[in-house]
Amino acid sequence: MRAILTIAKRELVAYFTSPVAYVFLVIFLLLTGFFTFTAGNFFERGEASLAAFFGWHPWLYLVLVPAVGMRVWAEERRSGTLELLLTMPVAPWQAIVAKFLASWVFLLLALALTFPAIVTVNVLGDPDNGIIAAGYAGSFLLAGAYLAVSCMTSAMTRNQVVAFILSVVLCLFLVLAGFNPVTDLMTRWASPALVDTVAAFSVVTHFDGFQRGVIDAKDLVYFLSVIGFALFATGVIIRGHRSG
Amino acid sequence: MIRIENLVKTFGAKRAVDGISFGVERGEVLGFLGPNGAGKSTTMRMVTGFMPPSAGRVTIGSHDVAESPLEAKRLIGYLPENAASYPDMTVRGFLEFAAELRGLRGSQKKQAVGRVVERCFLQSVLRQSIDTLSKGYKHRTCLAQALIHDPDVLIMDEPTDGLDPNQKHEVRNLIRELGRNKAIVFSTHILEEVDAACTRAIIIDRGRIVANGTPEELRAMSDLAGAVTLSAHGASAEKLSALGRVEDLNGAFRIYPRDKSRAAELAQDVVELVSREGWRVEGMFSERGELDEVFRRITLPDTVKR
Repeated sequence: MRAILTIAKRELVAYFTSPVAYVFLVIFLLLTGFFTFTAGNFFERGEASLAAFFGWHPWLYLVLVPAVGMRVWAEERRSGTLELLLTMPVAPWQAIVAKFLASWVFLLLALALTFPAIVTVNVLGDPDNGIIAAGYAGSFLLAGAYLAVSCMTSAMTRNQVVAFILSVVLCLFLVLAGFNPVTDLMTRWASPALVDTVAAFSVVTHFDGFQRGVIDAKDLVYFLSVIGFALFATGVIIRGHRSG
Repeated sequence: MIRIENLVKTFGAKRAVDGISFGVERGEVLGFLGPNGAGKSTTMRMVTGFMPPSAGRVTIGSHDVAESPLEAKRLIGYLPENAASYPDMTVRGFLEFAAELRGLRGSQKKQAVGRVVERCFLQSVLRQSIDTLSKGYKHRTCLAQALIHDPDVLIMDEPTDGLDPNQKHEVRNLIRELGRNKAIVFSTHILEEVDAACTRAIIIDRGRIVANGTPEELRAMSDLAGAVTLSAHGASAEKLSALGRVEDLNGAFRIYPRDKSRAAELAQDVVELVSREGWRVEGMFSERGELDEVFRRITLPDTVKR
């Protein structure tokens, strides 16, 4: 446990000693602001909710989360520090979990900095803050799922750009499988059961409940298993590199 | 402390390490020599538990690296190739990170960091971030990391690579000093380092051990070992050839012993011949043999061999 904390602390500090963290935070906040208030027609909706805010998250994270996750392992392999880290008395799974948690905490921080959105709706109207809390929980899990996928693709290559692109593509699949225009198209030739099965793999399907304020165990299990699976795959990939 | 038995590593069809066995005890400094690509780094990566071997066993202390990796890794300090470290961290931050991963906390951590900082002369760069350091300092920072928990076993992959002559000298002295109560393995392809720091050397080529012994033993394998080089006024190759094969070196003569075990007597024979003939001696030495000649002879590909 101590090893996990030590590595996670180092990772988190590393984000903030480079300008990357600040650039990311600024872009993230600008984009959430833009999508919520301008593209999301926040004011024209005439309702006190953050639906316009959360609705964009699966798309926004599609680009931003891989940008956070791409360096996690690729950089470690490129600079040779992977060898240093894995010859310390640390089990590989501890390093994998620690690095994931550090990045996830960073994303949590980014998400926390969107608090002015909550303030805004509360000032303008009388929203259901329970729904907003559920939305944040869902958004955090959504970011975690994307991040775990990014960690996995980051372990596949030394090149951060390749890791980024692979991760965006994989996450795009996770979004599109449940994206309404795509599922509508699929119903034309596929059986409804098949469409539902495919949609069940999508983050959009499972994020929906959170946006409506419903925290369903199914959705929780979904996000946690995506994270678990991707981190497990990361372990397999890293073991593969070490075996040569 | 370190026991390696029949270690094998295959990458696809290539056998990078092909059945290597050796042991290193406390108080020994083993130099690991070989041409580039001979399997030195691969062997060290298996010893430190970074790479699982394809076959064979590595034991550190009483721990099998494959079966109880964490216990084995606790005993090892490792300086990887190119002295990799996190460029965004400060020297102090990096050493504290290493100390924490080694389970040192609080005052123990502080002490450990202080000790290696002193030992590796890092006081002046403690607050600097690693990417602003010169190569020598980067190297020493990574070496300090390997020493932070005062390990019984020290594995170093080319510890003097890229250092200037003064720094090389410092690192060699440090290795020799540390070798008094640790088991040390370090790889190099600089042969003078074997003399400067090792108690024993192993030469590997294409994944196999081709020579194993003290620096003196290895040197004795040289053709040159035991030969006498004589530069004397009036000396003639003809007369000297009675003692052994003679090579003319622009005014000096080198006489090779017919039989290596009688090398000591050759020098005596030469002295007697010189006084008998009344030659005026300008210089005379008994050759100890040259490591790089031995190295070249046993590691050259068969096609290049004479």
